[in-house]
Amino acid sequence: MSETGDMLAATATRLFETRLGEAAVRASRQGQWLASGWAAVEESGLPLALLSEEEGGFGIRISEALDLVRIGGSFASPVPLGETMIANFMLARAGLELAEGPATIALLGAGGSLDPAGGDCRLRGEARHVPWARHCGTILVIAGERLARVASTGVTIHPQAGACGLPRDRLEFDVALEPAAVAPLPRPFTSDHPLAVGALVRALEIAGALQRIVELTVSYASERVQFGRPIAKQQAVQQQLAVLAGQAAAARAAAELAALAFDGDQWLTAVAAAKSRTGEAAGIAAAIAHQVHGAIGFTEEHRLHLFTRAVWDWRDEFGSERHWQAMLGARILAAGNDGFWSFITAAEADGVEV
Amino acid sequence: MDLKYPAAPRSARSEALREEVRDFLARELEGVPPIVRARSWNGFDAGFSRKVGARGWIGMTWPKAYGGHERGNSERYVVLEEMLAAGAPVGGHWIADRQTGPLLLKFGTEAQKRAVLPRIAAGEAFACIGMSEPDAGSDLAAIRTRAEPIAEGFRISGTKLWTTQAHHAQFMILLCRTSGTPADRHAGVSQLLVDLATPGITIRPIVDLAGEHHFNEVIFEDAVVPADALVGRMGDGWKQVMSELAYERSGPERFLSSMALLVALVRALGDRPDVAAQAAIGRLAAHLITLRHMSRAVAWMLERGEDPALQATIVKDLGALFEQEIPDVARALIDVDPMNEAGDSFRALLAYTVANVPSFSLRGGTREILRGIIARGLGIR
Repeated sequence: MSETGDMLAATATRLFETRLGEAAVRASRQGQWLASGWAAVEESGLPLALLSEEEGGFGIRISEALDLVRIGGSFASPVPLGETMIANFMLARAGLELAEGPATIALLGAGGSLDPAGGDCRLRGEARHVPWARHCGTILVIAGERLARVASTGVTIHPQAGACGLPRDRLEFDVALEPAAVAPLPRPFTSDHPLAVGALVRALEIAGALQRIVELTVSYASERVQFGRPIAKQQAVQQQLAVLAGQAAAARAAAELAALAFDGDQWLTAVAAAKSRTGEAAGIAAAIAHQVHGAIGFTEEHRLHLFTRAVWDWRDEFGSERHWQAMLGARILAAGNDGFWSFITAAEADGVEV
Repeated sequence: MDLKYPAAPRSARSEALREEVRDFLARELEGVPPIVRARSWNGFDAGFSRKVGARGWIGMTWPKAYGGHERGNSERYVVLEEMLAAGAPVGGHWIADRQTGPLLLKFGTEAQKRAVLPRIAAGEAFACIGMSEPDAGSDLAAIRTRAEPIAEGFRISGTKLWTTQAHHAQFMILLCRTSGTPADRHAGVSQLLVDLATPGITIRPIVDLAGEHHFNEVIFEDAVVPADALVGRMGDGWKQVMSELAYERSGPERFLSSMALLVALVRALGDRPDVAAQAAIGRLAAHLITLRHMSRAVAWMLERGEDPALQATIVKDLGALFEQEIPDVARALIDVDPMNEAGDSFRALLAYTVANVPSFSLRGGTREILRGIIARGLGIR
C-alpha cells in the first residue's frame, strides 16, 4: 500500500462510519438518496480514485483504489461509490468528459441501437436493472463495442428495486448524443463480456460485506448466553464460525486477485473466478450467520439483514455464479485436453502488481 | 480479525523455471497412466527422486554449504506445484524438502546439517515424521514415546503410528518425551534426528483401505541414539514442531491431491457445449485459482518472516473440501460403468480417488482441529 492509498482507505472508512452508517443504510433501502453523505464522498475525491493524477485522481494503484469499493461493501454500500469509480475510469480512458455527480453503468438491452443521425448519434432502446440510475447525473451506456455518456435528464427512468431495496431501475432511451459523448469501449472491458464491468465491483462489495458479517456473527455469539455460557463457547458453533471466516477469507482473496489483475491479459478469468467464488461464499456465509444469530437475526430490527440481503442480491447481479462458472468452464474445455493446469497457472500471470 | 492474503510476486525467472519443469516432467512421466499419477505425493520412485535432486530441485532454498541451491521460495513453489499437478512420484524426497530440511536448518546442529542435508538435496536420503502415536492423534501432546537421557545418548521406547514413508526413509524426526509424563503436556517434549538403521527399531506396514502401503507403525524397543541426535533444545520440541505447521498446512499439496481425476474429467468432457458441465468445471477452476492465490500468499508471507499460521490453516481447510468434492462432481457429470475396473479406465481412477479422499481431511491436522484453530484466531476459544 502507498501512503496515499492508506490515507484514502482511512478516509473512506471514517466517512462510511460517520456519514453513511446503519441509519443511512436503512434509509437508502427505503429509496432515500443520501445527499449529504454522497456530497462528503465527492468532496473527499473517492469517486476519482481510479484515475491518474493527470486525469484528476490520486495516482494510486488500481488495486488500492478498488479496495475502497470493498470498504464500501463492508458498510453495505448505501451509495454508488463502486459504480461511479468505474464510470469515471471508463470515461477518462475513453477520452470522454468525467461524470457529474454519482454515475452508473447500463448495458443496452437487445433491440437497442446506437446509430449515427446527422452529425450526432441516436441512442434508442432500454436497459434493465441499472443500479442507482434515478439518483445519477450521468449514465454510461455500453452498446456493443461502444460507450455512450448520457445525461440522465434525457432518459426515462422507471424506478425499481432489488430484493433488498437497493435502486435497480429500468431505463428507456431515445436521445440524441453529440459525437463527443460516444467512444469505443475502453480496455480492459470487452463487448463479449460487458457484465465484467460490474462483476468486479460486486465481488469486492461481497468480500467487504462478508468481513462485516463475520464480525457481527462472532460478536453476537460471544455475547449471547444460553445454557449458562456464551454460545461461542459451544464447539458446534465454533466450527461453524470457522467455516464462515474461511469463506470470507476466500472471498476477499478471490476479489483482490481480480483487482490486481485489472488491465492484464488474464483479467476476465480473474473476474469470472472472483464473481463466482464470492457469490458462492456469500450463500454459505449468510446461511451460517443467520443460523448463529437465531431468531433475532431474522428481524427487521437487527442489522444483519442489511448485509445478508445485500449479498444475496449482489451475487446475482452482473452475472451469477452459474454465468461466470460456465464462462470459465467453456474456456477451459475449449483449451483442450491438457490445457487445464496451464489455464490455472496463467490466471495469476499478467497484471499482478507487486 | 482481518485476514489478508497479499499477492506473491511472479518473476520471469520462476516462470522460465516452470517451463523447464514441465519439459522435464513431460519426458519423465511420458506414458504414466492417470491411475499412477493419482497417487500424488504418496507416489514413491527413488530413481525419480535422484533425478529431481540432480536437477537441483530438492532443497532449492537451502544454503549451498549444505547441498542446497540458494534459490527463491517462489521458485521452489513452482517446482512443487508443477510436480503435484502432473502427479509426479515425489513421495520419496518431498517430506524432507518441505519439512525436515527447513527444521534442521533452523534448529539442527552443524554436524546434523552437514551429515543429512546434502544427501536429502541429492535425492538420496529420505525422511519421515514421527509425530502421531496410538493414543496421540489430534491430541499430539499426549505422546508417550520416551527418550531417556543416558550416558551414551538417549534410549528410546514407544510406538509411532501412521508414519508415512517410514519404510523408504533413512531418517525420522522423532517427537518424544525426554522428561515427564503425558500429563505434562507440552513440557518435556523434544525432537530427535533418528537414523532408522539403529538397532531396536521395527517398521511394520499398515495397509490402507485401498490396499496400499504408505503408512507404517514404527516401534522403538530400547533403541539407543547418540546425544548429538537432539534437534534444537531439550524440552523445546513442542515449540519447534508448532513452527513447522505453517509449512505443512498451506502448500499446493493441500488442494492438488485429486488433480489426476480433475484433469481426466476435463479430458472426458472434451469441448462439450453443455452449460451444466461447463459451470461445474468453471466452479472448480474458480476454487482452484483462489486457493492457489491464497497458498502462494502464505508462502510469500513465510518468506518475509511473517506468521501466517491462521491463513495457512484456512488454506488447508478449504483445500481439503475442494479435493474431496472432485469425485462427486465427476460422478454428477459422467456416467460410469460400475463394472469397468480396467486399470487405466476413468472408473478405476474415480474409484481410487473416492477411496482416498477421506484421508485428505485427516492428515496434517483434522478438519475439526483446523477449525478449532481458526476459532481461536477469531478470539472465541
